[in-house]
Amino acid sequence: MRLAPHWRVRAQRLQLRGEVCECCGRHLFPPRDVCPSCHQPANEPFPFSGEGTIYSYSTVYEPPRGYEQYAPYTVALVRLKEGPLVTAQLTDVDPADVRIGLPVEMVTRALREEGEEGMIIYGYKFRPVLEQQAAVH
Amino acid sequence: MTRVSIIGIGQTSVGEHWDVSIRDLGAQAVLAALHDAGIERPDALYVGNMLSGPLASQEQLATLIADWSGLRGIEALKAEAACASGAAALRVGYMAVASGLHDVVVVLGVEKMTDLDGDEATIALMNAADAEYEAIHGTTFISLNAMLMRRYMEEYQVPHEAFAGFPVNSHANAVYNPQAMFHQAITRETFVGARMIADPINLFDSAPIADGAAAVVLCAAERARELVPHPVRIAASSVATDSVALHDRHDPLFLAAVYNSAMKAYRQAEIGPQDIDLFELHDAFSIIAALSLEASGFAPRGQGTRLAADGEIGPHGRVPIATMGGLKARGHPVGATGLYQVVEAALQLRGEAGKNQVPDAHWAMTQNVGGVGGTAFTHILEG
Repeated sequence: MRLAPHWRVRAQRLQLRGEVCECCGRHLFPPRDVCPSCHQPANEPFPFSGEGTIYSYSTVYEPPRGYEQYAPYTVALVRLKEGPLVTAQLTDVDPADVRIGLPVEMVTRALREEGEEGMIIYGYKFRPVLEQQAAVH
Repeated sequence: MTRVSIIGIGQTSVGEHWDVSIRDLGAQAVLAALHDAGIERPDALYVGNMLSGPLASQEQLATLIADWSGLRGIEALKAEAACASGAAALRVGYMAVASGLHDVVVVLGVEKMTDLDGDEATIALMNAADAEYEAIHGTTFISLNAMLMRRYMEEYQVPHEAFAGFPVNSHANAVYNPQAMFHQAITRETFVGARMIADPINLFDSAPIADGAAAVVLCAAERARELVPHPVRIAASSVATDSVALHDRHDPLFLAAVYNSAMKAYRQAEIGPQDIDLFELHDAFSIIAALSLEASGFAPRGQGTRLAADGEIGPHGRVPIATMGGLKARGHPVGATGLYQVVEAALQLRGEAGKNQVPDAHWAMTQNVGGVGGTAFTHILEG
Protein backbone atom coordinates (compact mmCIF):
# COMPACT_ATOMS: atom_id res chain seq x y z
CA MET A 1 0.00 0.00 0.00
CA ARG A 2 1.35 3.39 -0.94
CA LEU A 3 -0.05 6.07 1.32
CA ALA A 4 2.25 9.05 1.07
CA PRO A 5 2.12 9.50 -2.74
CA HIS A 6 -1.64 10.03 -2.57
CA TRP A 7 -1.67 12.00 0.68
CA ARG A 8 0.80 14.62 -0.49
CA VAL A 9 -1.22 15.57 -3.57
CA ARG A 10 -4.56 15.80 -1.72
CA ALA A 11 -5.00 19.54 -2.32
CA GLN A 12 -4.74 19.21 -6.08
CA ARG A 13 -6.73 15.97 -6.20
CA LEU A 14 -9.62 17.09 -4.01
CA GLN A 15 -9.70 20.86 -4.46
CA LEU A 16 -8.16 21.20 -7.91
CA ARG A 17 -5.68 23.53 -6.28
CA GLY A 18 -2.93 24.77 -8.55
CA GLU A 19 -0.89 27.93 -8.63
CA VAL A 20 -0.76 31.30 -10.30
CA CYS A 21 2.63 32.61 -11.33
CA GLU A 22 3.12 35.98 -9.66
CA CYS A 23 5.59 36.94 -12.34
CA CYS A 24 3.75 36.25 -15.60
CA GLY A 25 0.22 35.64 -14.31
CA ARG A 26 -0.07 32.21 -15.87
CA HIS A 27 -2.30 29.70 -14.10
CA LEU A 28 -0.61 26.38 -13.41
CA PHE A 29 -2.09 22.95 -12.86
CA PRO A 30 -0.66 20.79 -11.44
CA PRO A 31 1.30 23.07 -9.09
CA ARG A 32 5.07 23.13 -9.53
CA ASP A 33 7.89 25.13 -8.06
CA VAL A 34 9.07 26.79 -11.26
CA CYS A 35 6.77 28.41 -13.83
CA PRO A 36 7.31 26.56 -17.14
CA SER A 37 6.53 29.75 -19.03
CA CYS A 38 8.73 32.43 -17.43
CA HIS A 39 10.98 30.14 -15.34
CA GLN A 40 10.46 32.21 -12.18
CA PRO A 41 9.51 30.65 -8.82
CA ALA A 42 5.81 29.80 -8.65
CA ASN A 43 4.30 29.36 -5.21
CA GLU A 44 1.03 31.30 -4.98
CA PRO A 45 -1.81 28.78 -4.51
CA PHE A 46 -4.78 29.13 -6.84
CA PRO A 47 -8.05 27.22 -6.51
CA PHE A 48 -9.37 26.45 -9.98
CA SER A 49 -13.08 26.92 -10.62
CA GLY A 50 -13.39 23.41 -12.02
CA GLU A 51 -15.13 24.69 -15.15
CA GLY A 52 -13.84 23.81 -18.56
CA THR A 53 -14.52 22.29 -21.96
CA ILE A 54 -13.42 19.04 -23.54
CA TYR A 55 -10.29 19.42 -25.71
CA SER A 56 -10.20 15.73 -26.65
CA TYR A 57 -11.24 12.33 -25.28
CA SER A 58 -11.00 8.56 -25.67
CA THR A 59 -13.03 5.72 -24.23
CA VAL A 60 -11.06 2.96 -22.47
CA TYR A 61 -12.45 -0.56 -22.88
CA GLU A 62 -9.35 -2.43 -21.69
CA PRO A 63 -8.47 -0.76 -18.38
CA PRO A 64 -5.31 -1.13 -16.31
CA ARG A 65 -5.47 -3.02 -13.02
CA GLY A 66 -7.48 -1.19 -10.37
CA TYR A 67 -9.80 0.47 -12.89
CA GLU A 68 -11.83 -2.56 -14.09
CA GLN A 69 -14.97 -1.60 -12.23
CA TYR A 70 -15.23 1.74 -14.03
CA ALA A 71 -14.80 0.36 -17.57
CA PRO A 72 -15.77 1.35 -20.11
CA TYR A 73 -14.89 4.88 -19.11
CA THR A 74 -13.95 7.97 -21.03
CA VAL A 75 -10.75 9.87 -20.32
CA ALA A 76 -10.43 13.44 -21.49
CA LEU A 77 -8.14 16.40 -21.80
CA VAL A 78 -10.17 19.23 -20.29
CA ARG A 79 -9.31 22.84 -21.09
CA LEU A 80 -9.93 24.65 -17.81
CA LYS A 81 -11.55 28.10 -17.98
CA GLU A 82 -8.37 29.62 -16.53
CA GLY A 83 -6.13 28.14 -19.23
CA PRO A 84 -4.42 24.84 -18.39
CA LEU A 85 -5.29 21.44 -19.79
CA VAL A 86 -5.94 18.66 -17.29
CA THR A 87 -6.20 14.90 -17.82
CA ALA A 88 -9.16 13.27 -16.06
CA GLN A 89 -11.94 10.75 -16.37
CA LEU A 90 -15.42 11.83 -17.32
CA THR A 91 -18.29 10.64 -15.15
CA ASP A 92 -22.09 10.70 -15.19
CA VAL A 93 -22.13 10.67 -18.98
CA ASP A 94 -22.75 8.15 -21.76
CA PRO A 95 -19.55 7.85 -23.86
CA ALA A 96 -21.71 8.31 -26.98
CA ASP A 97 -22.72 11.80 -25.81
CA VAL A 98 -19.18 13.10 -25.35
CA ARG A 99 -17.87 15.57 -27.95
CA ILE A 100 -15.03 18.05 -28.29
CA GLY A 101 -16.11 21.42 -26.87
CA LEU A 102 -18.61 19.98 -24.36
CA PRO A 103 -18.75 22.16 -21.21
CA VAL A 104 -17.81 20.16 -18.11
CA GLU A 105 -17.34 20.74 -14.39
CA MET A 106 -15.17 19.10 -11.76
CA VAL A 107 -16.62 16.66 -9.25
CA THR A 108 -14.95 14.44 -6.64
CA ARG A 109 -15.17 10.69 -7.19
CA ALA A 110 -13.29 7.49 -6.36
CA LEU A 111 -10.40 7.19 -8.83
CA ARG A 112 -9.36 3.64 -7.93
CA GLU A 113 -9.54 1.08 -5.18
CA GLU A 114 -6.47 -0.78 -4.06
CA GLY A 115 -7.92 -4.22 -3.30
CA GLU A 116 -10.37 -5.46 -0.63
CA GLU A 117 -8.46 -4.03 2.30
CA GLY A 118 -6.72 -1.24 0.44
CA MET A 119 -7.44 2.42 0.17
CA ILE A 120 -10.07 4.07 -1.95
CA ILE A 121 -8.35 6.94 -3.71
CA TYR A 122 -10.49 9.98 -4.37
CA GLY A 123 -9.86 12.77 -6.80
CA TYR A 124 -11.27 14.92 -9.54
CA LYS A 125 -13.35 13.75 -12.46
CA PHE A 126 -15.44 15.89 -14.78
CA ARG A 127 -19.09 15.66 -15.77
CA PRO A 128 -21.21 17.63 -18.25
CA VAL A 129 -22.36 20.91 -16.70
CA LEU A 130 -25.64 20.20 -14.90
CA GLU A 131 -27.61 23.24 -16.09
CA GLN A 132 -26.96 22.14 -19.63
CA GLN A 133 -28.22 18.66 -18.86
CA ALA A 134 -31.36 20.18 -17.35
CA ALA A 135 -31.92 22.32 -20.43
CA VAL A 136 -31.58 19.30 -22.74
CA HIS A 137 -33.94 17.04 -20.83
CA MET B 1 35.28 16.52 -31.76
CA THR B 2 36.02 13.12 -33.27
CA ARG B 3 33.76 12.10 -36.16
CA VAL B 4 31.96 8.83 -35.47
CA SER B 5 31.10 5.92 -37.77
CA ILE B 6 29.09 2.72 -37.54
CA ILE B 7 31.32 -0.20 -38.47
CA GLY B 8 29.11 -3.12 -37.50
CA ILE B 9 25.42 -3.97 -37.26
CA GLY B 10 23.48 -6.90 -35.81
CA GLN B 11 19.85 -7.75 -35.13
CA THR B 12 17.66 -10.62 -34.03
CA SER B 13 14.29 -11.21 -35.61
CA VAL B 14 11.41 -9.29 -34.01
CA GLY B 15 8.66 -11.41 -32.52
CA GLU B 16 7.98 -13.81 -29.66
CA HIS B 17 11.29 -15.25 -28.46
CA TRP B 18 9.99 -17.61 -25.81
CA ASP B 19 13.12 -19.76 -25.97
CA VAL B 20 15.57 -17.06 -24.89
CA SER B 21 15.80 -14.65 -21.99
CA ILE B 22 16.62 -10.96 -22.24
CA ARG B 23 20.33 -11.60 -21.56
CA ASP B 24 20.64 -14.11 -24.40
CA LEU B 25 18.60 -12.02 -26.79
CA GLY B 26 20.82 -9.02 -26.09
CA ALA B 27 24.01 -11.04 -26.38
CA GLN B 28 22.94 -12.41 -29.78
CA ALA B 29 22.69 -8.91 -31.25
CA VAL B 30 25.91 -7.74 -29.57
CA LEU B 31 27.87 -10.70 -30.94
CA ALA B 32 26.36 -10.29 -34.42
CA ALA B 33 27.37 -6.60 -34.51
CA LEU B 34 30.89 -7.31 -33.21
CA HIS B 35 31.27 -10.08 -35.80
CA ASP B 36 30.09 -7.73 -38.57
CA ALA B 37 32.69 -5.17 -37.47
CA GLY B 38 35.45 -7.70 -36.95
CA ILE B 39 35.92 -6.48 -33.38
CA GLU B 40 36.54 -8.81 -30.45
CA ARG B 41 36.58 -6.60 -27.41
CA PRO B 42 35.05 -3.09 -27.44
CA ASP B 43 35.83 -0.54 -24.73
CA ALA B 44 32.23 -0.23 -23.57
CA LEU B 45 28.68 -1.54 -23.94
CA TYR B 46 25.73 0.85 -23.75
CA VAL B 47 22.30 -0.74 -23.53
CA GLY B 48 18.99 0.91 -24.35
CA ASN B 49 16.10 -0.71 -22.53
CA MET B 50 12.87 0.51 -20.96
CA LEU B 51 11.23 -2.33 -19.08
CA SER B 52 13.67 -4.96 -17.85
CA GLY B 53 12.81 -3.92 -14.28
CA PRO B 54 9.02 -4.36 -14.36
CA LEU B 55 8.93 -7.18 -16.95
CA ALA B 56 11.99 -9.29 -16.14
CA SER B 57 12.79 -8.14 -12.58
CA GLN B 58 16.28 -7.44 -13.89
CA GLU B 59 18.42 -4.36 -13.52
CA GLN B 60 22.18 -4.04 -13.92
CA LEU B 61 21.13 -5.19 -17.36
CA ALA B 62 24.16 -3.86 -19.24
CA THR B 63 26.57 -5.54 -16.85
CA LEU B 64 24.69 -8.82 -17.22
CA ILE B 65 24.63 -8.68 -21.01
CA ALA B 66 28.30 -7.70 -21.14
CA ASP B 67 29.12 -10.82 -19.14
CA TRP B 68 26.84 -13.01 -21.28
CA SER B 69 28.50 -11.64 -24.41
CA GLY B 70 31.95 -12.61 -23.19
CA LEU B 71 32.81 -9.02 -22.31
CA ARG B 72 32.98 -9.25 -18.51
CA GLY B 73 35.00 -6.37 -17.12
CA ILE B 74 34.28 -3.66 -19.68
CA GLU B 75 32.39 -0.44 -19.00
CA ALA B 76 28.67 -1.12 -19.24
CA LEU B 77 25.56 0.88 -18.42
CA LYS B 78 21.93 1.19 -19.38
CA ALA B 79 20.22 4.26 -20.83
CA GLU B 80 16.50 4.87 -20.41
CA ALA B 81 14.16 7.27 -22.19
CA ALA B 82 10.97 5.17 -22.42
CA CYS B 83 10.35 4.09 -26.04
CA ALA B 84 13.39 6.13 -27.07
CA SER B 85 15.80 4.18 -24.85
CA GLY B 86 17.54 2.66 -27.89
CA ALA B 87 18.45 6.02 -29.37
CA ALA B 88 19.41 7.24 -25.89
CA ALA B 89 22.02 4.47 -25.71
CA LEU B 90 23.22 5.35 -29.21
CA ARG B 91 23.60 8.96 -28.10
CA VAL B 92 25.73 7.84 -25.12
CA GLY B 93 27.87 5.70 -27.40
CA TYR B 94 28.21 8.55 -29.88
CA MET B 95 29.31 10.93 -27.10
CA ALA B 96 31.83 8.40 -25.80
CA VAL B 97 33.56 8.09 -29.18
CA ALA B 98 33.09 11.72 -30.29
CA SER B 99 34.70 12.93 -27.07
CA GLY B 100 37.71 10.73 -27.59
CA LEU B 101 37.05 8.88 -24.36
CA HIS B 102 36.72 5.52 -26.11
CA ASP B 103 37.96 4.07 -29.40
CA VAL B 104 35.36 1.37 -30.04
CA VAL B 105 32.00 0.90 -28.32
CA VAL B 106 29.01 -1.34 -28.91
CA VAL B 107 25.47 -0.05 -28.47
CA LEU B 108 22.56 -2.40 -27.94
CA GLY B 109 18.81 -1.93 -27.79
CA VAL B 110 16.92 -4.84 -26.26
CA GLU B 111 13.42 -5.50 -24.99
CA LYS B 112 11.64 -8.67 -23.90
CA MET B 113 7.90 -8.07 -23.72
CA THR B 114 6.20 -11.44 -24.19
CA ASP B 115 7.27 -13.29 -21.04
CA LEU B 116 4.34 -12.10 -18.96
CA ASP B 117 0.71 -12.97 -19.49
CA GLY B 118 -2.02 -10.72 -20.73
CA ASP B 119 -1.62 -7.00 -20.75
CA GLU B 120 1.35 -6.67 -18.37
CA ALA B 121 3.62 -5.24 -21.05
CA THR B 122 0.97 -2.85 -22.33
CA ILE B 123 0.30 -1.65 -18.80
CA ALA B 124 4.02 -1.21 -18.12
CA LEU B 125 4.25 1.09 -21.16
CA MET B 126 2.18 3.56 -19.16
CA ASN B 127 5.33 4.06 -17.04
CA ALA B 128 6.33 6.43 -19.86
CA ALA B 129 3.52 8.82 -18.91
CA ASP B 130 3.10 11.13 -15.90
CA ALA B 131 2.25 8.72 -13.08
CA GLU B 132 0.61 11.26 -10.75
CA TYR B 133 -1.40 13.26 -13.27
CA GLU B 134 -2.07 10.93 -16.23
CA ALA B 135 -1.84 7.29 -15.16
CA ILE B 136 -3.78 7.75 -11.92
CA HIS B 137 -6.86 8.62 -13.98
CA GLY B 138 -6.91 5.23 -15.69
CA THR B 139 -5.43 6.65 -18.86
CA THR B 140 -3.64 4.08 -21.02
CA PHE B 141 -0.78 4.77 -23.40
CA ILE B 142 -3.09 4.04 -26.32
CA SER B 143 -5.78 6.40 -25.02
CA LEU B 144 -3.27 9.25 -24.78
CA ASN B 145 -2.45 8.77 -28.45
CA ALA B 146 -6.15 8.36 -29.25
CA MET B 147 -6.89 11.76 -27.70
CA LEU B 148 -4.15 13.27 -29.85
CA MET B 149 -5.52 11.61 -32.99
CA ARG B 150 -9.10 12.65 -32.30
CA ARG B 151 -8.07 16.28 -31.77
CA TYR B 152 -5.99 16.20 -34.96
CA MET B 153 -8.91 14.83 -36.99
CA GLU B 154 -11.22 17.50 -35.59
CA GLU B 155 -8.86 20.45 -35.85
CA TYR B 156 -7.65 19.73 -39.38
CA GLN B 157 -10.82 18.02 -40.61
CA VAL B 158 -8.87 14.89 -41.57
CA PRO B 159 -10.91 11.68 -41.87
CA HIS B 160 -9.61 8.50 -40.24
CA GLU B 161 -9.13 6.80 -43.65
CA ALA B 162 -6.48 9.41 -44.45
CA PHE B 163 -4.07 7.57 -42.14
CA ALA B 164 -4.34 4.29 -44.12
CA GLY B 165 -1.25 5.04 -46.18
CA PHE B 166 1.05 4.63 -43.16
CA PRO B 167 0.27 1.01 -42.20
CA VAL B 168 -0.19 0.02 -45.86
CA ASN B 169 3.36 1.23 -46.61
CA SER B 170 4.83 -0.33 -43.45
CA HIS B 171 3.30 -3.74 -44.07
CA ALA B 172 4.28 -3.69 -47.75
CA ASN B 173 7.91 -3.05 -46.80
CA ALA B 174 7.99 -5.61 -43.98
CA VAL B 175 7.13 -8.40 -46.45
CA TYR B 176 10.74 -8.25 -47.68
CA ASN B 177 12.39 -7.80 -44.28
CA PRO B 178 13.26 -11.29 -42.98
CA GLN B 179 13.67 -9.92 -39.43
CA ALA B 180 10.24 -8.27 -39.35
CA MET B 181 7.39 -9.48 -37.16
CA PHE B 182 4.76 -9.40 -39.94
CA HIS B 183 5.19 -10.50 -43.54
CA GLN B 184 1.75 -9.81 -44.86
CA ALA B 185 0.74 -6.83 -46.95
CA ILE B 186 -2.50 -5.07 -46.10
CA THR B 187 -4.85 -2.93 -48.18
CA ARG B 188 -6.71 0.29 -47.45
CA GLU B 189 -9.81 -1.85 -47.00
CA THR B 190 -8.05 -3.94 -44.31
CA PHE B 191 -7.28 -0.71 -42.48
CA VAL B 192 -10.76 0.78 -42.78
CA GLY B 193 -12.41 -2.44 -41.56
CA ALA B 194 -10.02 -3.13 -38.67
CA ARG B 195 -11.15 -3.60 -35.09
CA MET B 196 -11.22 -0.46 -32.95
CA ILE B 197 -8.72 -0.51 -30.03
CA ALA B 198 -9.32 2.93 -28.51
CA ASP B 199 -11.46 5.03 -30.80
CA PRO B 200 -10.23 6.49 -33.18
CA ILE B 201 -7.15 4.21 -32.97
CA ASN B 202 -7.72 0.85 -34.61
CA LEU B 203 -5.61 -2.29 -34.78
CA PHE B 204 -3.58 -1.01 -37.74
CA ASP B 205 -2.96 2.45 -36.28
CA SER B 206 -0.97 0.88 -33.48
CA ALA B 207 2.43 -0.87 -33.51
CA PRO B 208 2.67 -4.32 -31.89
CA ILE B 209 4.84 -4.99 -28.84
CA ALA B 210 7.44 -7.72 -29.31
CA ASP B 211 10.80 -9.12 -28.28
CA GLY B 212 13.89 -8.00 -30.12
CA ALA B 213 17.49 -6.84 -29.96
CA ALA B 214 19.61 -4.78 -32.34
CA ALA B 215 23.15 -3.46 -31.99
CA VAL B 216 25.76 -1.32 -33.69
CA VAL B 217 29.51 -0.93 -33.24
CA LEU B 218 30.92 2.61 -33.29
CA CYS B 219 34.46 3.88 -33.80
CA ALA B 220 36.25 7.02 -34.96
CA ALA B 221 35.40 7.77 -38.61
CA GLU B 222 39.04 8.13 -39.59
CA ARG B 223 39.75 4.55 -38.50
CA ALA B 224 36.53 3.14 -39.93
CA ARG B 225 37.69 2.72 -43.52
CA GLU B 226 40.67 0.64 -42.42
CA LEU B 227 38.38 -1.73 -40.57
CA VAL B 228 35.34 -2.26 -42.82
CA PRO B 229 34.45 -1.68 -46.49
CA HIS B 230 31.19 0.28 -45.90
CA PRO B 231 31.30 2.39 -42.76
CA VAL B 232 28.29 4.65 -42.13
CA ARG B 233 29.07 8.02 -40.61
CA ILE B 234 26.88 9.51 -37.88
CA ALA B 235 26.58 13.01 -39.32
CA ALA B 236 24.32 14.26 -36.53
CA SER B 237 23.15 13.14 -33.11
CA SER B 238 20.64 15.23 -31.21
CA VAL B 239 18.03 15.05 -28.50
CA ALA B 240 15.38 17.44 -27.25
CA THR B 241 12.72 17.19 -24.57
CA ASP B 242 9.21 18.45 -23.96
CA SER B 243 6.83 18.00 -21.03
CA VAL B 244 6.14 14.34 -20.22
CA ALA B 245 2.40 14.96 -19.85
CA LEU B 246 0.37 15.90 -22.90
CA HIS B 247 -1.68 18.30 -20.79
CA ASP B 248 1.41 20.34 -19.91
CA ARG B 249 1.87 21.42 -23.54
CA HIS B 250 0.52 24.64 -24.93
CA ASP B 251 -0.31 22.95 -28.24
CA PRO B 252 -0.38 19.13 -28.00
CA LEU B 253 -0.59 18.78 -31.81
CA PHE B 254 2.90 20.23 -32.20
CA LEU B 255 5.65 17.82 -31.16
CA ALA B 256 8.17 20.39 -29.97
CA ALA B 257 10.81 17.83 -28.96
CA VAL B 258 10.65 16.23 -32.41
CA TYR B 259 10.91 19.64 -34.07
CA ASN B 260 13.83 20.77 -31.93
CA SER B 261 15.80 17.54 -32.25
CA ALA B 262 15.28 17.46 -36.04
CA MET B 263 16.35 21.09 -36.48
CA LYS B 264 19.46 20.54 -34.34
CA ALA B 265 20.31 17.47 -36.40
CA TYR B 266 19.91 19.31 -39.71
CA ARG B 267 22.21 22.05 -38.44
CA GLN B 268 24.87 19.61 -37.31
CA ALA B 269 24.79 17.63 -40.57
CA GLU B 270 24.56 20.88 -42.58
CA ILE B 271 21.70 19.54 -44.65
CA GLY B 272 17.91 20.00 -44.70
CA PRO B 273 14.88 17.74 -44.97
CA GLN B 274 15.01 17.99 -48.77
CA ASP B 275 18.35 16.13 -48.70
CA ILE B 276 17.13 13.15 -46.68
CA ASP B 277 16.85 10.00 -48.83
CA LEU B 278 14.99 7.93 -46.23
CA PHE B 279 13.49 8.62 -42.84
CA GLU B 280 13.01 5.91 -40.23
CA LEU B 281 10.45 7.70 -38.07
CA HIS B 282 8.69 6.66 -34.88
CA ASP B 283 5.41 5.25 -36.21
CA ALA B 284 4.30 3.71 -32.90
CA PHE B 285 0.89 5.12 -33.84
CA SER B 286 -0.12 6.44 -37.25
CA ILE B 287 -0.92 9.81 -35.65
CA ILE B 288 2.70 10.04 -34.44
CA ALA B 289 3.93 9.28 -37.97
CA ALA B 290 1.88 12.22 -39.29
CA LEU B 291 2.92 14.59 -36.51
CA SER B 292 6.60 13.57 -36.86
CA LEU B 293 6.60 14.26 -40.61
CA GLU B 294 5.15 17.69 -39.88
CA ALA B 295 7.47 18.57 -37.00
CA SER B 296 10.54 17.35 -38.92
CA GLY B 297 9.87 19.65 -41.85
CA PHE B 298 8.50 17.19 -44.42
CA ALA B 299 4.92 18.46 -44.44
CA PRO B 300 3.01 21.56 -43.31
CA ARG B 301 0.96 21.20 -40.13
CA GLY B 302 -2.21 19.22 -40.65
CA GLN B 303 -0.95 17.73 -43.91
CA GLY B 304 1.23 14.84 -42.74
CA THR B 305 -1.25 12.25 -44.00
CA ARG B 306 -1.15 13.71 -47.52
CA LEU B 307 2.36 12.39 -48.08
CA ALA B 308 1.08 8.92 -47.31
CA ALA B 309 -2.00 9.36 -49.48
CA ASP B 310 0.06 10.55 -52.43
CA GLY B 311 2.35 7.53 -52.30
CA GLU B 312 5.43 9.61 -51.50
CA ILE B 313 6.50 7.49 -48.52
CA GLY B 314 7.30 4.26 -50.42
CA PRO B 315 10.91 3.17 -51.13
CA HIS B 316 10.78 4.98 -54.49
CA GLY B 317 8.85 8.02 -53.23
CA ARG B 318 10.06 11.47 -52.26
CA VAL B 319 10.23 10.73 -48.50
CA PRO B 320 10.62 6.97 -47.98
CA ILE B 321 9.68 6.03 -44.41
CA ALA B 322 9.53 2.75 -42.49
CA THR B 323 11.54 1.21 -45.31
CA MET B 324 11.93 -2.16 -43.55
CA GLY B 325 8.46 -2.14 -41.97
CA GLY B 326 8.80 0.53 -39.32
CA LEU B 327 7.48 0.11 -35.80
CA LYS B 328 4.11 -0.90 -37.22
CA ALA B 329 5.15 -3.99 -39.17
CA ARG B 330 8.76 -4.75 -38.21
CA GLY B 331 7.43 -4.63 -34.66
CA HIS B 332 8.11 -2.36 -31.67
CA PRO B 333 10.25 -3.95 -28.94
CA VAL B 334 10.29 -0.54 -27.29
CA GLY B 335 13.83 -0.12 -25.96
CA ALA B 336 15.27 -1.90 -29.01
CA THR B 337 13.40 0.11 -31.63
CA GLY B 338 15.88 2.98 -31.83
CA LEU B 339 18.65 0.52 -32.72
CA TYR B 340 16.52 -1.36 -35.27
CA GLN B 341 15.95 1.96 -37.01
CA VAL B 342 19.70 2.60 -37.17
CA VAL B 343 20.56 -0.94 -38.29
CA GLU B 344 17.95 -0.68 -41.08
CA ALA B 345 19.16 2.77 -42.14
CA ALA B 346 22.73 1.40 -42.26
CA LEU B 347 21.55 -1.49 -44.46
CA GLN B 348 20.03 1.07 -46.83
CA LEU B 349 23.23 3.15 -46.93
CA ARG B 350 25.35 0.03 -47.47
CA GLY B 351 23.07 -0.95 -50.36
CA GLU B 352 22.04 -4.15 -48.57
CA ALA B 353 18.30 -3.50 -48.19
CA GLY B 354 17.24 -6.00 -50.87
CA LYS B 355 13.87 -5.41 -52.46
CA ASN B 356 13.29 -2.39 -50.22
CA GLN B 357 16.46 -0.65 -51.34
CA VAL B 358 16.02 3.10 -51.69
CA PRO B 359 17.89 4.02 -54.91
CA ASP B 360 21.12 5.97 -54.39
CA ALA B 361 20.54 6.34 -50.65
CA HIS B 362 23.19 8.67 -49.22
CA TRP B 363 21.53 10.44 -46.26
CA ALA B 364 19.29 8.58 -43.81
CA MET B 365 17.53 10.02 -40.78
CA THR B 366 16.34 8.01 -37.77
CA GLN B 367 14.05 9.39 -35.11
CA ASN B 368 13.12 7.67 -31.86
CA VAL B 369 10.43 9.20 -29.64
CA GLY B 370 9.85 8.54 -25.94
CA GLY B 371 6.33 8.67 -24.51
CA VAL B 372 3.91 10.83 -26.46
CA GLY B 373 6.69 13.13 -27.65
CA GLY B 374 8.35 13.79 -24.29
CA THR B 375 11.83 12.92 -25.55
CA ALA B 376 12.96 12.83 -29.18
CA PHE B 377 16.30 11.71 -30.59
CA THR B 378 17.24 12.39 -34.20
CA HIS B 379 20.30 10.87 -35.88
CA ILE B 380 21.42 11.55 -39.42
CA LEU B 381 23.58 8.93 -41.11
CA GLU B 382 25.75 9.36 -44.19
CA GLY B 383 26.60 6.38 -46.38
